[in-house]
Amino acid sequence: MTQLERHSYDVLVIGAGGAGLRAAVEAREAGLRVAIICKSLFGKAHTVMAEGGAAASMGNVNDNDNWMVHFRDTMRGGKFLNHFRMAELHAKEAPDRIWELEVWGALFDRTKEGKISQRNFGGHEYPRLAHVGDRTGLELIRTMQQRIVALQQQDGRDHGDMESHIKVFAELTITDILKENGKVSGAYGYWRETGSEVLFEAPAVIIATGGVGKTFKITSNSWEGTGDGHALALKAGANLVDMEFLQFHPTGMVWPPSVRGILVTESVRGEGGVLTNTAGERFMFNYIPDVFKKMYADNEAEADRWYLDQDNNRRPPELLPRDEVARAINSEVKAGRGTEHGGVFLDVSKRLPAEVIKKRLPSMWHQFYELAGVDITKEPMEVGPTCHYVMGGVEVEPDNAAAIGVPGLFAAGEVAGGMHGSNRLGGNSLTDLLVFGRRAGIGAAEYLKNNGKNPVSEAAIATAGAKIQAPFDRQGGENSYALHAELQEVAHNLVGIIRTASELEDAITKIADIRVRSANVAVSGGRKFNPGFHLAFDLDNMLLVAESTAKSALLRQESRGGHTRDDFPGMNNKWRQLNHISSFDGKQVNVREQALPVLPKELFDLFDVHELEKYMTSEEIAKGGSN
Amino acid sequence: MARKLNLRIWRGDSTTGALQDVQVDVNEGEVVLDVIHRVQATQMGDLAVRWNCKAGKCGSCSMEINGKPRLACMTQVASYDEDETITVTPLRAFPVIKDLVTDVSFNYKKAMEIPAYSPPADLAPGDARMEQIDVERSQEFRKCIECFLCQDTCHVIRDHEENKKSFAGPRFFIRIAELDMHPLDTLKNRKRTAQEEHGLGMCNITKCCTEVCPEHIRITDNAIIPMKERVVDIKYDPARWLGSKIRKRDGIV
Repeated sequence: MTQLERHSYDVLVIGAGGAGLRAAVEAREAGLRVAIICKSLFGKAHTVMAEGGAAASMGNVNDNDNWMVHFRDTMRGGKFLNHFRMAELHAKEAPDRIWELEVWGALFDRTKEGKISQRNFGGHEYPRLAHVGDRTGLELIRTMQQRIVALQQQDGRDHGDMESHIKVFAELTITDILKENGKVSGAYGYWRETGSEVLFEAPAVIIATGGVGKTFKITSNSWEGTGDGHALALKAGANLVDMEFLQFHPTGMVWPPSVRGILVTESVRGEGGVLTNTAGERFMFNYIPDVFKKMYADNEAEADRWYLDQDNNRRPPELLPRDEVARAINSEVKAGRGTEHGGVFLDVSKRLPAEVIKKRLPSMWHQFYELAGVDITKEPMEVGPTCHYVMGGVEVEPDNAAAIGVPGLFAAGEVAGGMHGSNRLGGNSLTDLLVFGRRAGIGAAEYLKNNGKNPVSEAAIATAGAKIQAPFDRQGGENSYALHAELQEVAHNLVGIIRTASELEDAITKIADIRVRSANVAVSGGRKFNPGFHLAFDLDNMLLVAESTAKSALLRQESRGGHTRDDFPGMNNKWRQLNHISSFDGKQVNVREQALPVLPKELFDLFDVHELEKYMTSEEIAKGGSN
Repeated sequence: MARKLNLRIWRGDSTTGALQDVQVDVNEGEVVLDVIHRVQATQMGDLAVRWNCKAGKCGSCSMEINGKPRLACMTQVASYDEDETITVTPLRAFPVIKDLVTDVSFNYKKAMEIPAYSPPADLAPGDARMEQIDVERSQEFRKCIECFLCQDTCHVIRDHEENKKSFAGPRFFIRIAELDMHPLDTLKNRKRTAQEEHGLGMCNITKCCTEVCPEHIRITDNAIIPMKERVVDIKYDPARWLGSKIRKRDGIV
C-alpha cells in the first residue's frame, strides 16, 4: 500500500462551474486557502453550455426594469414555490454580479450607448439577459477561470507560489464528504487519471456540482451531470428539497438520434422564432394558462407587433415559461401533430435575415449545420423537450448557502434547491451561480471564524478507501454501462415530463432493484483512467437522486412547474404551502412534508392581490404575508 | 439502419501502445464520439476518452482522426467513405496518459504565465462604456473553447518538445491579442512580451492552427499577423530603436 495523498485547506470547493469558481474567488478574497475540485479539465464544466444569457435587472434596454419586477417574474415562473428570500437576494444582487464580471474582463454584447446589451427571454417582463451571442456560459466560465489565474498571479507576487491560496485539482472525483463530531472535516476521492486515492482535510466544504440530467435518457447535460453533490450531501446528512421538480427544456434537438437532447437555446424564441406543428399551426396560442392571459398575446398579429413595440402589445406565447412550452410541445406530439421524429418545428428563418441569425445565434447555426445538416437561416429546426435542469436540491440557508443540518457544508448553484421553486426561468441560472456562489464563499469564511481544523479519523479514511477498491475486487458482477442505460430508461419512461401514480410506484420498485444490483458492479481493467470504474460511482449518485425524485413526485398530488401529474392535472393551492424534504437513512431515501416559508409582508405587497389569489388560499391572502 | 464500421483505436499508455481494430455498429447521423462510446459500453469498458458537452462547445474530445486534429463530437462518420477504416489516435503534441487521453497540463501552465487582464484602477462596476464594434475584435478570440487542436497541430511544438518551454502556442497568442485589443485593458507591452517571452517570433504563419480551429477563429490573420506587424514596425524601426536607447522609452506598447 502506497502512502495516501493528503492535502489540507481551509475550504474545499467541489465543482468548477460558475458557482464553484465564484465561491472559490470569494473565499480566497477573504484570505482563505482554497482547493477547487473539477471532475473534468478546468474550464469544461457544464456552465460552458449555457447559451442565452444571465438575467439581471440592470435596466440597460428598458429602464422600467428593477429588482422588484425581476423578483415578481421569478416567483411567477416558479409558481410561488420558490424560497422567497433566495429569489429576493438573487433579484437584488444579480446586476452587481454581472458588472463585477465586466471588471474582471468579460466582454458582453453592447447597446448603442455602449452599455451591456440585454435580450428578451421567456417569463421575463423586460429585456433582461446580458449575453454574448449565444455563448454566454462560455464567457462566464472563461472570465471566472481567468479571474482565478489573476488571483494566482497576485499570490505568486505576494507569496512566491502561484498556488499558495488557490489550487485547481482537475479530473478528480469526490466520493465521500467526511465528518467528525457532527461537523465537516474534509472529503475523500480519487484522481481520474491514475485511480489513486486522495484525502482533503478541510473544515468547510462547498458543493457546487450542478445537476442530475444524466439520470435521464434524453438530456442536454454532459456526462458530468450525475447528481454527485446531491448524493454527497444526502449521505453526509443534509436534506434535498423538492426533488420532484425537473425542468424539461422545451427545445432540444430531436434528429438525428445521436444529437437527441442537445440544447437549442431559448434565444431562438427570444429573437422571434415561432413554434408550429405539422399542420402549420402556431399552436402556442392554444396553451396560454389563465394565470398568464393578461401578459401574453392571444393572436398572431399582436404577438408579431410585440417585437417592434413592447410597451403597447402583449408578448408572444412562445415566450411563456419553459414548463408551459414543454408541456404544449408534448401535447402536440401526442395528438399526432408532431414530426416523424417526435418533435415540432421552430423557425427563425422567416423573422430575421440570414446574416443577423448567424450573428445573434452563431453556435445554433453551427450546431444544426454540422450535426443535422439543417441551415437554420433557410429552414425550420425540429425540436422537442429534453431534461435540462433540476430545480430541487440541497436545502440551504438563503443568506449564507449553508446546508441545513450539516455544520461546515455549503451548497450553491444548480445543486442547491429553493431559489427557482417549481420552474426556473431561462437566464436565472447564470446569475444564481454568481449570487449564491459568492454567498457560499462568504458563508464559509464566516463559519471558519468560529470553527478551526477538524481532523479526519483513520476509521473514516479506511471506510472511504474500501468503497473505492470494492468494484475491482468483484468478479463477474454487473456492467455499470448497462445499469446506467436501464436507469435512464426507467427515469425517462416513468418519472419523465408527464407522470402518474402507478408509473411512479413502478419506478420506485425498479430503481430499488437497480440499486441492489449496482452494489454488485464489477469493473474490468485497472484503475488508470478507467471510465467504467468512474461510472460505477456516478451511477450510485444517480440512483439516490432518481429515488428522491420518484418518491417526491409520487407524494405531490398536483401539477406545478416541472412536475406534471396526469392523474392530478391542476395546480392546488394547498400543495403550494408544502416543500418535500428528502433525507437518507443509510438504506433508502425518505420524503416528508415541510411548510414553505411564508412571504413577508413587504414582498407580498409587491404583487397585485388578484394575481396572488390564483396561487394562494383565501386564509393566506387574508393574512397578507407574515407580520 | 445500422451498419458495421471498421474502427482502429490506439490503446496504450505512456510506456507502450498499439492500434487495435474493432468492428462497431454505426447509425445514421452519428459522429465519431458516438461509435467510440459504443465500443466503450460493449467491448472495451476501460477505453479512456475525454468528452463533455457533445455539441462542440467545451473542447474536451480533441483527438486525431485519420491523422487530423479534430473534435470527435463534431466529426460525422458519414463524412468518410463507407468502406473506409476510421483511425483514432491521441493528440500527438502532448504526452499520452491512456488510450485517447493526453496530458494537456502544458496549456494550463502557459495560461498562468500570460499577464492577466488589467482594468483601469478606477473602473467602477457598471461604469464601463464600450462600442459593439470595439468589443467584437476581442470577442472573436473569446470564442475559443480551449480544445487545444491549434496547439496540437502547430509544428513548432508538435514534434519539438524542446520548444515548449519558450513557446506559448496559438491558443495563447489569441489570448494575448484579445487582451491587447480589449478596450479597457491598461497593461502596456503585451506585444513585446508575446515576442520576447512567449515565442511569437517562432511562428512562421503557416496557418495550420486556423485550419483546425473548430470555432473558425482566424488565429493567424486576426491575432498573430497583426501582432507580428506591430512588433516589426516598432522593434526594427531604426528611429524608434534609437529613441528607445536614448530616452529609454518602451519600444512597443
